[in-house]
Amino acid sequence: MLNKYPLWKYLLVLSVLCLGFFYAAPNLYKPDPALQITGENSAQLIDKSTLVRAEKALDEAGIEYFGETIDSDGRNALIRLKNQDKQLPAQAKVSRALGDGFIVALNLAPTTPSWLSDFGAQPVKLGLDLRGGVHFKLEVDVNAAIERRMEYYLNATKRALREARIRGYVNVDDKGRLETKFKSESLREQARTIIAENHPELVLDRVDEEDSWNLYGAMADATRKELADYAVSQNLTTLRNRVNELGVSEPLVQRQGQNRIVVELAGIQDTAEAKRILGKVANLEFRMVAKLEAASSEKQRFEYRSTDRAGMSEWLERELILTGERVTNAQASFDQNGQPNVQISLDSEGGLLMNRATRDNIKRRMGVLFIERKYRTHYERGEDGEEVAVKVPYDEKKLLTAPVIQSALGAQFQITGLDSPLEASELALMLRAGALAAPITFVEERTVGPSLGAENIRLGVKSVQMGLALVVLFMVLYYRVFGIAAVVALSCNLVLMIAFMSMIGATLTLPGIAGIVLTVGMAVDANVLIFSRIREELRNGMSPQMAIHSGFERAVATILDANITTLIVAIILYAVGTGPVKGFAVTLSVGIVTSMFTAILGTRALINLIYGGRRVEKLSIGGGV
Amino acid sequence: MKIIDFMGQRKMALVFSAILLAISIGSLATKQLNWGLDFTGGTLVEVHYSETADLTAIRKTLGAEGYAGAIVVSFGTDKDVLIRLPKGYSDSEGAQLLAGLQRAYSGNVELRRIEFVGPQVGDELREQGGLAMLLALGLVMLYIAFRFQLKFAVGAVVALVHDVLVVLGFFSVTGVEFDLTVLAALLAVIGYSLNDTIVVSDRIRENFRKLRKTDPVEVINISLTETLGRTLVTSLTTMLVLVALAVFGGEMINAFAIALLVGVFIGTYSSIYVAANALLMMGVSKEDLMIPVKEGAEQEDLTP
Repeated sequence: MLNKYPLWKYLLVLSVLCLGFFYAAPNLYKPDPALQITGENSAQLIDKSTLVRAEKALDEAGIEYFGETIDSDGRNALIRLKNQDKQLPAQAKVSRALGDGFIVALNLAPTTPSWLSDFGAQPVKLGLDLRGGVHFKLEVDVNAAIERRMEYYLNATKRALREARIRGYVNVDDKGRLETKFKSESLREQARTIIAENHPELVLDRVDEEDSWNLYGAMADATRKELADYAVSQNLTTLRNRVNELGVSEPLVQRQGQNRIVVELAGIQDTAEAKRILGKVANLEFRMVAKLEAASSEKQRFEYRSTDRAGMSEWLERELILTGERVTNAQASFDQNGQPNVQISLDSEGGLLMNRATRDNIKRRMGVLFIERKYRTHYERGEDGEEVAVKVPYDEKKLLTAPVIQSALGAQFQITGLDSPLEASELALMLRAGALAAPITFVEERTVGPSLGAENIRLGVKSVQMGLALVVLFMVLYYRVFGIAAVVALSCNLVLMIAFMSMIGATLTLPGIAGIVLTVGMAVDANVLIFSRIREELRNGMSPQMAIHSGFERAVATILDANITTLIVAIILYAVGTGPVKGFAVTLSVGIVTSMFTAILGTRALINLIYGGRRVEKLSIGGGV
Repeated sequence: MKIIDFMGQRKMALVFSAILLAISIGSLATKQLNWGLDFTGGTLVEVHYSETADLTAIRKTLGAEGYAGAIVVSFGTDKDVLIRLPKGYSDSEGAQLLAGLQRAYSGNVELRRIEFVGPQVGDELREQGGLAMLLALGLVMLYIAFRFQLKFAVGAVVALVHDVLVVLGFFSVTGVEFDLTVLAALLAVIGYSLNDTIVVSDRIRENFRKLRKTDPVEVINISLTETLGRTLVTSLTTMLVLVALAVFGGEMINAFAIALLVGVFIGTYSSIYVAANALLMMGVSKEDLMIPVKEGAEQEDLTP
């Protein structure tokens, strides 16, 4: 029978649509404005009494709240607010009441009912341009990391040649290569063996000059890339930790391209504060442990940083040996006996300072201090009598370790006697963090205020509605019953798009909404193609049923070709584009895929239901046929 | 149905396209594009005043704060103000500028957005954008050459280049800011115009095979007439939603909507006149589109 789908096809269309409605449904529930409370460090747990303090502050300020909960692991608490406008004052009150040590962040708490969220249905994520927040793009100075590594090669080679009693000239030339010069060929060959053994990653190149036998060591491209990757990923880790400190809900820290890192923080307005925390430099100080008889004016007392030694402290001399900028690398490894240790490399200046300080102090202990910039909040009355929060920076210095000096140290030494490999790797991480593997700079920064975000959503929804209304009007007037079928399919397409984007966790942005609007206009194209085919076949004298059948059949190839090429463009947009372009590409590609389904299968099912399997004299398709 | 003699006007269309292209290329060469912040780098601050903003006063405030090169314009409404700093200012300047404005104004100055783009990012974007466009054109050409035939691929790409140049020319002549969303729109225009061209090409191919006529001009005329209804309806629905977007979508999306409107309009024209015209110029014929007959089958026919 012509134009009748087998039952399974109807069921397929129906079940896809049901699935679509189910996964699109969470978007109907408006999220609650909320406050999220977290501890400043992971050890800080949120208990009932903290929550009570926060609630008391809100009660006093007359701010309505509900549904306060604490996570099962006790790290997060959430307080939902009745009124969006009260979110900022509520944040100020609660952070004031809880004091330092807690981070109170703005959040939008989803209100998806559990019968939806149990099946993984979540509302679609909104981009920063729709919810407000900051977007940073940071660039990692990879060259600086490479320079530091060359510096390390320079020192290690100088020392190795000195130990082997090979006289020669060692330097880093202006092409960034290790340059060594020797008086004879045999000296150069001996040096070459040593360097090749110590640093197999260097590509060695012999150059003969007049009475000078030179050897150049360049970093292999693979090593260079590895080093750059290492510098970026280390920055990535550091930034992730710092972003967590900001207490933003769902922060995004992502590597982009070769040497860029994108940080997106929703709900944050104070970019200065965010940058202060992101760009914060942790540092190290190496100082001698003070002698017992030292005068109190020459020594200072520091507590250990690790929680295992909480409350323990040491007296250190006031005088510095060197700071963390001199540390070029620190790595956890094992000694010959399988004991964990940390290998530390300093730059040449650092090596000199370390040698000078340690050679006469063997068997004394040396302390390593970890310095972090932190902020203390206190409240002042401004000129207008209103209370303002003032952040005062201070340096927190805590002792990492205080090992005994076993011999005179140079640019390379190790810390042994560690309890576990874990302790070693943690210590190495802290030592490296003293100086980031490579400096970072802000190359892009976008802040969107919350009011603009809300307005963008409002405008976007309005243009989708208006666009849809215009298309619906036109299609129904022009194609009558067939137009209605196309419009139903188009509406289903919108639902499927939203569902699909929610399911894959894509982010909806303003250009993304523009993409949806465009899809509304273009998705009917498939139907237009089919319907004009049907009209044509009717004009050529085909029977209504035959016309429907061949109209659909023959238009499909054209639709496929047209959509696949557009999909190619959309995918390129996604691959090459950044930010807004990506958002547009996502909705465009999703729209193409879903519209092919609804326009071909969905419309056909409807038309089959209306006209299929019976005698039809005339089709209501407009155009005088 | 009456066959419209589209190709009879093809000389005129050729002249029209040539003039359009000449204006576009000329303007692009002399005036270039009004590159947006995304491409030039610099700082942009959008603020909302609680009452009608006094632009002269704002300029004065900014001058006193040391932002001499700042461009101050109203944005959408007279309460919304857009301030653009040329590149060279540091990334923290936006927040300081905002603080300065808030100090100088007794009412409420609300932050809408701050954007800072470093100069190196802008240069890269321009490069990437151009690359994306070339890549899109190349891949599309490959696909059409595979699905249709090389002449069709060339025709489609000529039409696409034509459309992209004209839209770029429109932005150059009118001086509407060319930002990242416009670039996205331009790539969407490629997608759209392609869609149109493929539908037409598909019909031309079908008619070459089906009709026993050998005159390519007539076959193309018939194909264009047959697809005209569809071409116009789709362009109309797309332009309807784009008008909705331009009117209701707000300032940030305006340039995007304009680019697409111009693109859809010119894309519709080019799928009729540029792509088909190019096909005729390359001497497309029935033979190009015959389904290749297997060699073995031919040999069998020859043996008695």
